[in-house]
Amino acid sequence: MAGLTADTGGRAKALVAELRAYRGRPVTFMEVCGTHTMAAARSGLRQLLPDRVRLISGPGCPVCVTPVGFVDHALALARTRGITITTFGDLMRVPGSSPIESQDAPPTLALARAEGCDIRVVYSPRDALAMAREAPDRQLVFLGVGFETTAPALAAAVLAVADQQLPNFSMLVAAKTIPGALELLATAEDVAIDGLLCPGHVSVIVGPEAYASVVKRFGLPCAIAGFEPVEMLRAMHELVGQIQRGRPEVANCYPGAVRPGGNPKARQLVAQVFEPRDTRWRGLGVIPASGLALRPAYGHLDAAARFPVDLPAPVEPQGCRCGDVLRGAIDPVDCGLFGTTCTPESPRGACMVSSEGTCAARHQYRTDPS
Amino acid sequence: MCLATPMRVTAIDGQVARVESGGVAIDAGLDLVDDVAVGDYVIVHAGYAIQRLSADEAAETLSILQRLSESWPD
Repeated sequence: MAGLTADTGGRAKALVAELRAYRGRPVTFMEVCGTHTMAAARSGLRQLLPDRVRLISGPGCPVCVTPVGFVDHALALARTRGITITTFGDLMRVPGSSPIESQDAPPTLALARAEGCDIRVVYSPRDALAMAREAPDRQLVFLGVGFETTAPALAAAVLAVADQQLPNFSMLVAAKTIPGALELLATAEDVAIDGLLCPGHVSVIVGPEAYASVVKRFGLPCAIAGFEPVEMLRAMHELVGQIQRGRPEVANCYPGAVRPGGNPKARQLVAQVFEPRDTRWRGLGVIPASGLALRPAYGHLDAAARFPVDLPAPVEPQGCRCGDVLRGAIDPVDCGLFGTTCTPESPRGACMVSSEGTCAARHQYRTDPS
Repeated sequence: MCLATPMRVTAIDGQVARVESGGVAIDAGLDLVDDVAVGDYVIVHAGYAIQRLSADEAAETLSILQRLSESWPD
């Protein structure tokens, strides 16, 4: 252990020294992974970087990019007689629509549960399946959010339900895929990005090849990073190297877990169960083919079709700039609600809700200067 | 949300493995990985093993995680 610590510390120092020796044009790198957001804020990584190497956070938190309308939909189902909602805990406090003039706390799944709705937090869709088997008189709806890391787990659960012919389990799907968002960010006019720190566990599934089009079409350097601060430094060092060499590519700086081709079995299950669809990202708008929908063969497991509900047009929280934060266009402190009406205890925007949200991380580690 | 943890497989029953890390044991689905054996390390996310790791890879990652939990006790 001590050896590893000393070695890791030595590697970090050497990487920081090399980054500080960089004399090229100022560069901005974006990470797109909530775990990277947390690791950077918590470790004070940005304070180690020289002025001309900047790290910003993008739309890497699946909960944060889930639009208000999805929460409204989940709340409407939660209030329907006979339905039990099962969800990852991250979604519990994400606000749904509230009237613009309202001074009350916005509606959330947590509040709905306090009001008597049957809403259960689970660690895994497998837990939700077990609940469905144990409560045949209840209709269980699982809220299927997540990126490519989570989509295989959702697909495996759907296949298990279909296989076991469980009549009381369905899924409200809002899963998303990263590459479309990366392409959108690469072309954003108000945010100039010089390189991408690609998410480690998404890459475990999709493999380095998933970023090839970003490199080819936009000439954007890419480096897949692990979650230790030294691994993030290594990836940024790689990005600086690609810029200096003038040769953008996809570098796999997390080779212990990320293999060429990713996890083909997981990707095959996802392709079997889901098909691409256009989907709305909070702050980014509708991105073509960046969402997952159940294929027709599994359409009977779609909670949206099984329990039709009337949903009014979603209302974004007034003054909330989560959209600009998610694009990396502003720092959280530049939002008028940050730390005043929007805090981790009483969040208005999704980026303040999840512990992986850029605003929540910024709020918790406020000494971080950038 | 994409947090995932290397865990050691201590038992396998059909498509479900018992996995353990730092004294915590849970069940993980093996639907997404092939050829997992008792003693292997797997990366676990949302109740499913999403990748098999070599012992060396797992040892390094686990050491890092352990050190993180020692230095940041929250």
